[in-house]
Amino acid sequence: MTIANIDAAWIDAALTAACPQAMAALLRYFRDLDTAEEAFQDACLRALKAWPKNGPPRDPTAWLILVGRNAALDGVRKQSKSAPLPPEELISDLEDAEAALVDRLDGEHYRDDVLRLLFICCHPDLPATQQVAVALRIVSGLSVKQIARAFLVGESAMEQRITRAKARIGAADVPFGAPNAEEREQRLTAVAAMVYLVFNEGYSAGGKELRTRGSLCDEAIRLARLLLRLFPSEPEIMGLTALLLLQHARAPARFDAEGAVVLLEDQDRSLWNGRMIAEGLALIDKAVRHRRPGPYLVQAAIAAEHDRAERAEDTSWTRIDLLYGDLEQLAPSPVVTLNRAVAVSKVAGPQAALAMIEPLAPKLSGYFHFFGLKGGLLLQLGRREEARVAFDQAIALANTAAEAAHIRLHLDRLMKEGAG
Amino acid sequence: MLYAILCYNFEDVVGAWTAAEDALVMARLGVVEAGLAAAGRLGAVGRLLPTTAAVTLRKGREALVIDGPFAETKEQLLGFYVVDCGDLDAAIDVARELAVANPARGAYEIRPLAVYRPGHLSEARAKRSPRVLGVKA
Repeated sequence: MTIANIDAAWIDAALTAACPQAMAALLRYFRDLDTAEEAFQDACLRALKAWPKNGPPRDPTAWLILVGRNAALDGVRKQSKSAPLPPEELISDLEDAEAALVDRLDGEHYRDDVLRLLFICCHPDLPATQQVAVALRIVSGLSVKQIARAFLVGESAMEQRITRAKARIGAADVPFGAPNAEEREQRLTAVAAMVYLVFNEGYSAGGKELRTRGSLCDEAIRLARLLLRLFPSEPEIMGLTALLLLQHARAPARFDAEGAVVLLEDQDRSLWNGRMIAEGLALIDKAVRHRRPGPYLVQAAIAAEHDRAERAEDTSWTRIDLLYGDLEQLAPSPVVTLNRAVAVSKVAGPQAALAMIEPLAPKLSGYFHFFGLKGGLLLQLGRREEARVAFDQAIALANTAAEAAHIRLHLDRLMKEGAG
Repeated sequence: MLYAILCYNFEDVVGAWTAAEDALVMARLGVVEAGLAAAGRLGAVGRLLPTTAAVTLRKGREALVIDGPFAETKEQLLGFYVVDCGDLDAAIDVARELAVANPARGAYEIRPLAVYRPGHLSEARAKRSPRVLGVKA
């Protein structure tokens, strides 16, 4: 690889890294998503030409904001010659302006901008898929093509989805003022949930889709780290970042060469990413000091219990059961209880776990994992016919081919044993 | 004379490397390290986890633990080498070699060491996770 190649890679990485902050600042200035997006893209194009020639600027983000702003203002002036010219300070010599801007952009100024941008993406009027799509488009700067590939839909369908979402955001009364402390807290919760959604889009992908969708996991981790830098003392953001790292660390072992699911207990743990695990554990360590455990932190602690076990049989299911108990209190949901039942089956046996999940049936009648676990527990208890019914229901509800294939393995085994 | 070579770089950019890019840079730095080690000039080497994993203890009448790195800077301290060099020029040469192996932006700060204790920690220790106990309040 030549130096020039590295430079191209560096510019690419720098543009990606600057995207949330630059987009956020441009959005505050123009108060219009499309204009801000065009301005940022324009600035990126100019960076690709200018940086290799002149060397990269001292602060790439500030450069992009300023150049993007000027380019967009230029466009506006060309479109309406009668409009008054923008204030001179905004289009004056780049060098001076950059220095001034860098001072203004230092430190905390980015914080509310980026938070506002992320919050706009998780506007409550938007369905979750649109939130994620818009966030990836606007905050991560992924192309429509990349996002469409990740969601396994056509490019034009994704374009439509994003356009609709933007129109809805445009029609809604989006607050552009700096958020107060209470709003900030509400927004942070919504934003954390959206980052988690982005991650899950990638995480729930099957083996064959992993290459395209797995990058969504990386993107979510990048966003979580960004949030953590903006809010360095929020234990739940530490917990969220840790959770994503600890789950994604296992990605290289989650599917076999054919793309079939490899269960946690069967995974080759030497394939797990040790650096991600170390980072996740360090973040939990930091968060625990705050003594304000929230749902993300507890989930991260559960993931940590798995990641720390060198062999599957070293897993402390007792501690996992206790942690799920905490989670049930902090964020009660039938899915949490279902997950706890897995730990209970290891600690107290399948009968206890089955008794625990049976009351969940009405709420989880459309949930793949409910029937998967139920089938597994019934099988352990030797109730084969009931197990087969549960597995059939699971297959009907599977979200990915890999999920269905995994249950089919159980069924095949049942059939064979039944015949033999 | 022992010199510390402190590696500063844009954490955002380094963090956005793919696993393959990261491995490539590490392999090229590894070649420089191996050369120094073969000459008996290489001391401790460390790569730091992201600054988001850091806490800072502020000294004072009552020490205060703050989440995050010591200073919010544009480029962050991401790693270090300890190298035995005849003089400053030789240390700068080592930094130049490192810069060729990892030619992204950033900087190497070269600081002579006043005290050096090699310690006895094995590499495996870095892989040992911190104990994570119950998260209950």
